[in-house]
Amino acid sequence: MKFDIYDFSVLTKSIHESLNSMMGETAVMISEMVIVGIIFLTLFAVLGLILVYVERKICAFFQQRLGPMRVGFWGTAQTLADLIKLLLKEPLITKNADKFLFNLAPFVLIIASFMAMAAIPFAKGLHAFDIDIGVFYITAISSIGVVGVLLAGWASNNKYSLIGAMRSGAQIISYELSVGLSLLTIIVLTGSLQFSEIIESQREGWWIFRGHIPALIAFIIFLIASTAETNRGPFDLAEAESELTAGFHTEYSGMKFAFFFLAEFINMFIVAAIGATVFLGGWMPLHFGALESFNAIMDFIPPIFWFFGKTAFIIFLMMWFKWTFPRLRIDQLLTLEWKYLLPINLINILVMAFFVLMGWYF
Amino acid sequence: MIKSIIKYIKEVLGGLKSLLKGMRVTGYYISHPKEIITQQYPENKDTLKMFDRFRGEVILLHDENNEHRCTGCTACEVACPNGSIEIISERVLNPETGKKKKEIDKFIYHLSMCTMCNLCIESCPTDAIKMGRNFEHAVFDRSLLTSVLNRPGSKLAPGVED
Repeated sequence: MKFDIYDFSVLTKSIHESLNSMMGETAVMISEMVIVGIIFLTLFAVLGLILVYVERKICAFFQQRLGPMRVGFWGTAQTLADLIKLLLKEPLITKNADKFLFNLAPFVLIIASFMAMAAIPFAKGLHAFDIDIGVFYITAISSIGVVGVLLAGWASNNKYSLIGAMRSGAQIISYELSVGLSLLTIIVLTGSLQFSEIIESQREGWWIFRGHIPALIAFIIFLIASTAETNRGPFDLAEAESELTAGFHTEYSGMKFAFFFLAEFINMFIVAAIGATVFLGGWMPLHFGALESFNAIMDFIPPIFWFFGKTAFIIFLMMWFKWTFPRLRIDQLLTLEWKYLLPINLINILVMAFFVLMGWYF
Repeated sequence: MIKSIIKYIKEVLGGLKSLLKGMRVTGYYISHPKEIITQQYPENKDTLKMFDRFRGEVILLHDENNEHRCTGCTACEVACPNGSIEIISERVLNPETGKKKKEIDKFIYHLSMCTMCNLCIESCPTDAIKMGRNFEHAVFDRSLLTSVLNRPGSKLAPGVED
């Protein structure tokens, strides 16, 4: 075995055994769940802080600006300051809002991304929930998020919020199809929906290289569709500032607004992580068949760095899209999905199936 | 049928090409941090140099002999759309020729009313005034924004009126 040094399952197993020696079976299960939950909560907060800072910086550099520079070195503490500001703000609820649904909506959104996070393999053995229908699970769970958006728009009792929510619903439901189909294109190659097996099947090389043309088309479609699914620009119709003030979260303030904001960034991370896992080999190092010494050097880099590096690369691509392309109108958005991405995707999956049948992949 | 399929594929590829063109532009910006235009203002105060065309305030030029080129013709005062310039002139007896001649007493400039439109500079027949590049005009008293531009004891430079 090549990755034994970096295998996290040794660590997790030892924790499991030491817990087992201390308490009963049920208590072990509960305490392990609590530990995993706390780790994910921390990851959420840290990722949120880092991603918001990176987004602002990268956006600035794309526009020949400097971005936040005042708080901390090169503005690194800016998001922390923003967080404190949001925590101290008054949580307003409008008079005619449906109070229960209004308060529930941000939690639906954040719980959906929390659950999706569980199925992501961070490194070998560092995998909270290695379910055998992982890809299916993630596509199913991430579409629950739209319920939160619709609830927020409906409960706010505000026309901007409602229009924004309806747009977002139409958008997410349409683009879900393309995300699922582009992932299926690779599933044809792997023959498994389990994330650990998808990664294991890329030991010889990443699917984007081994599946060549159809895999590349699938990757491009995945990037476009997942950008749309996370409601990010150029597909940010749900919160179109110019015509809908802030879309579905117009009426939210303080911490509840922060939840929506955080969920957007975490969803971006999740989508990028899925893309990295399915197309770019997850935590698998970069391998070229014949170059033994090159492969050995690549093995030396810990898998967790490979995973976060690839995810960061896809996040960077998505930010590049957001700060380059002009926004689409709602009809253009749906035309793009139903007249372009979907037919191309369907043909692409047929082509891929044919290639697999003939063995025309590496 | 075939034609429409070819048109469809061409559309998709053309769209992708134009998207890549856009990404090339922004990609150039992010890979060239030297192109950043934003200035860290209070920190770079010592090295900050405003560009030539910047209009900060109207200044009356004086040379080393404390002489200016303003004849007091009030062309700038007439040209100013919001009355920021007031010229108070007096007729002074010239001892050589024995004739009375117009000379400026006070060139009053109200910065608080000026919009930096540059019309006064364009209207000046003797190029006596120009736009300065100083932009740090904040004061605590509004009266400090009104200033007399000609320095005490300054005279009209010889040869301007010839």
